[in-house]
Parts: sequence; structure tokens; C-alpha cells
Amino acid sequence: MEATSKRPDQGVAAARRAGLGVGLAVGCSGVAFGAAAVTAGLDVLQACVLSLFAFTGASQFALAGAIAGGGDLVAGTAGALLLGARNSLYGLRLAGPLGVRGLRRLGVALGVIDETTAVAMAQLGDGRDGRPGGAGAEPDEAANRRARAGFFTTFLTLYAAWNLSTLAGAVGTAQMADPAVLGLDAVGPACFLALLWPRLRAGGATRLRVIAVAGAAIALLATPLLPPGIPVLLASAAALPALLPSREEAR
Amino acid sequence: MSATWWAVIATCAGCYLLKLAGLSVPRRVLDRPRLRRFAELAPVALLSALIAVQMFASGQELHVDGARTLGLAAAVVALLLRAPFLLVLAVTAAVTALARLAGL
Repeated sequence: MEATSKRPDQGVAAARRAGLGVGLAVGCSGVAFGAAAVTAGLDVLQACVLSLFAFTGASQFALAGAIAGGGDLVAGTAGALLLGARNSLYGLRLAGPLGVRGLRRLGVALGVIDETTAVAMAQLGDGRDGRPGGAGAEPDEAANRRARAGFFTTFLTLYAAWNLSTLAGAVGTAQMADPAVLGLDAVGPACFLALLWPRLRAGGATRLRVIAVAGAAIALLATPLLPPGIPVLLASAAALPALLPSREEAR
Repeated sequence: MSATWWAVIATCAGCYLLKLAGLSVPRRVLDRPRLRRFAELAPVALLSALIAVQMFASGQELHVDGARTLGLAAAVVALLLRAPFLLVLAVTAAVTALARLAGL
């Protein structure tokens, strides 16, 4: 934020750099998906179709996992959809800044995922002073421009990298290097942490920090009890107090 | 068409429609102050939950992967030192890979 608020173009360039980095770093993990899918018994085309059209890593891994385990395909699909449900919540936040309508929305929707949301959100002033833009707050057009730049750079880079690496992983299965050997399994969490970091470190962000810690705690506590996908979704309950009337409104 | 294909197509269609649904909520609904606050705060909760789950869960089991944990710790140090974003990612991958190589 401190670097981006000075010159608008600099902010846009920084958002693009972040998007490029996330897209390439996370996109390479498509190798792991391609390999996992083929090992699970999907064919190369099925693996590629999932990356092209589902384009949401966790759901894709869930379906491959269900097929590998010889599990029920209906339950496997349901599990994949539960993991994909958080993207609906991301859409609520991105709809305004992206400002897309009509046919364009159909294309842009494909890109509403964890990584694009994380990069876009890092550009928006959410939680500034612990008080995210409430009633009557003017939308900050410069912030929205940075958010759009970040979203589309992440989307396009990640889409290209994810699909190419899915193909490589699916075709190469055995001889491809395991992304875990390259330490790429830690890069996803590190991305999200780095993107949340400035928000959480900002002065007066106590409320945001509480929400972040509560979200992580809810997800970990629910993990042994509920099927994959639900714990992360349930973590959004940490933001539910926002739906209660605020002190000013109650007055 | 095989059952697997149906599962693939249903997953693709369902995941896409879930994404589209969030973007398609009418503006006048999103402009309600409370829903707007929720929409701004929910991604913070979701992304931190995702960090926790990707770090410490495998399926329904909780476990600590030594190399990955060390990698994230290195990311925290890099962030505290105000390292640029891409350097944070590079340090994370390098530390995780080296720790794994060392047998952690």
C-alpha cells in the first residue's frame, strides 16, 4: 500500500508483477494435477478438460482423488463442488471492482479463484483502519484499476501455466519431477500469506487479524470432522459478524 | 459416454456456475452495507483458512510436514524483512526444497 498509493502507474505495475509471480509459481503445480489425474485413472484429455473448464485446483485434485480411491463418482463430484463453492464468495467481492457485465462476465467468471482474488484483494483497501468501506464509502477507482490489473494478469498467466503444465504432467506422468521436490507445495500458502500480510500488519487492523486467525482455527478444527472443502467454506463464518448491524447503524 | 466423463463434465459445469453465481449477484444487493462488509472480510477468512489447510491438512487428517513448515517460516522471516513478493516465493520454495533434500 505505502508503495502503491504514490503513483498510480507504479501501483498497476506492482499488481501486474504480483500477478505474474503468482501465476507462474502456482501454475507450475498443474504438473502435479496432470500426473495425479492420470495416475488416478483419468485419461490425458479428461485431465486437460478439467484444467481448461473447471480451472480450480482444489476441486480438480478432489475429483482425481475420489477416482483414484475407487470412490463413488457422485460423491467425488459433490466434494469437488463443495471445494468450488468458496469461489462464489470471492465473486461477491470481485463483482464491483471488476465491473463486468453481459457476455464478458461469462469469460471473466472462469478466473474467479483463490489466487486471482488474493492478488486483487491485496490492491483494494479492505480493512483499512480495521473498518472496511461501509455505508456510503466512495469506491476508489484507482484501487479498482490496480485490482483489475492484478486479477487479469494472474488469471491469464495462471491459466496458461496451469493448462500447459497439466498437459505436461498428464503426458509425462512418471518421468516428470515431483513439484514437492522443488518445494512448490509451500508456494501456494506463502503466496496467500504474502498477499494478506500488508493488510494484517496495517495499524488498526485488529479486527482483520482476529478474522484471519479465527478463519484458520475454524478450518483446522473442522478438518478431522468434515469432508474436505467444508472446513474452508465454514471459515467464512469468521466474517459473519459483519452482517450484524454496526454500532453506528444501531444508533 | 463413460461415467468418468459425466463426473468430469459435471465438475466443470458446476465449478464454473459457482464462480459465475458470485459475480452475478445484483449490484443493489451487493451495495447493502452489511453484505458489502461481509464480502470484503470473507476472503480474508477464506484465504487464511486455505493457508492453514494447505499447510497442515491432508484429507481429513492434520499433520505437520517439516519441510513445508520450515518453508513458510522462511516466508514469514522474508516478509518481516520486507522482501519483495517474488523473493518471498523464491525463498519459500528454496527452503522447502532444501529441507526436504535434507530429509525433513
